[in-house]
Amino acid sequence: MRMAVQTVKLSFQIRGSDFVNAGEASSNTKKALSRIGLNPSVVKRAAIAMYEAELNAMIHAGGGQADVEIFPDHVVIQIADRGPGIPDVDLAMQAGWSTAPDIAREMGFGAGMGLPNIKKHADDMRIETIVGQGTTITIHILFA
Amino acid sequence: MKLSECVELLKARVLVRVSDMNIDIKVACGADLMSDVMAFACSSNEMMLTGLVNPQTIRTAEMMDVKVVVFVRGKCPDDSILKLAAEKEICVLTTAMPMFTACGVLYGAGVLGKGE
Repeated sequence: MRMAVQTVKLSFQIRGSDFVNAGEASSNTKKALSRIGLNPSVVKRAAIAMYEAELNAMIHAGGGQADVEIFPDHVVIQIADRGPGIPDVDLAMQAGWSTAPDIAREMGFGAGMGLPNIKKHADDMRIETIVGQGTTITIHILFA
Repeated sequence: MKLSECVELLKARVLVRVSDMNIDIKVACGADLMSDVMAFACSSNEMMLTGLVNPQTIRTAEMMDVKVVVFVRGKCPDDSILKLAAEKEICVLTTAMPMFTACGVLYGAGVLGKGE
């Protein structure tokens, strides 16, 4: 007999150009991961990767949706938007390359470190993007 | 070094007090670019010095497990930022010192940077 795997699902709306509240989805996810007693370094990796993706959706795509599913041994974080899409993913993955508007730079972001930083902290990162339709970033973080 | 000693060295004003003002500050970073703070994350980083005043400095500190944010050059965040920091249990200081001097004072007193 197979046992059902218990998972926790969280969903958040990300509002576009909301520099005041951006990060709340990542903050709530960080709290949820901390509550289950994970190693703080794992929680921090997940929080940083999600925060970067959340900021990208807020800055570049007019907002989006964050869906988090916590499994016993890993977490899957998916940030989906209906923004302009990424014409050249390889270019976007280069550290320092950015299309961020001035307002993002004034707020301390837009240095072109977001996507490379997500990749650095994630155990797996996938980008699905269609120009003119949107982008979905899926992040996997293993607990051990 | 204890947080309370850092407050004295920086001649800082405490804007958000936390329950334990004797937190051990071993590692600090100084940056106005939050992208860099996250890109150059290290396992332990108790204090962040910055001249950037907006809510995302507190959000970044939260993600990075930074326990103390020091606003340099006499910058003083508004009440909404201080309230956010209090909710996240992040201590907030302000010092009139410029970034270079504030970092130098702490470094000279034994607080380390990343990887040292």
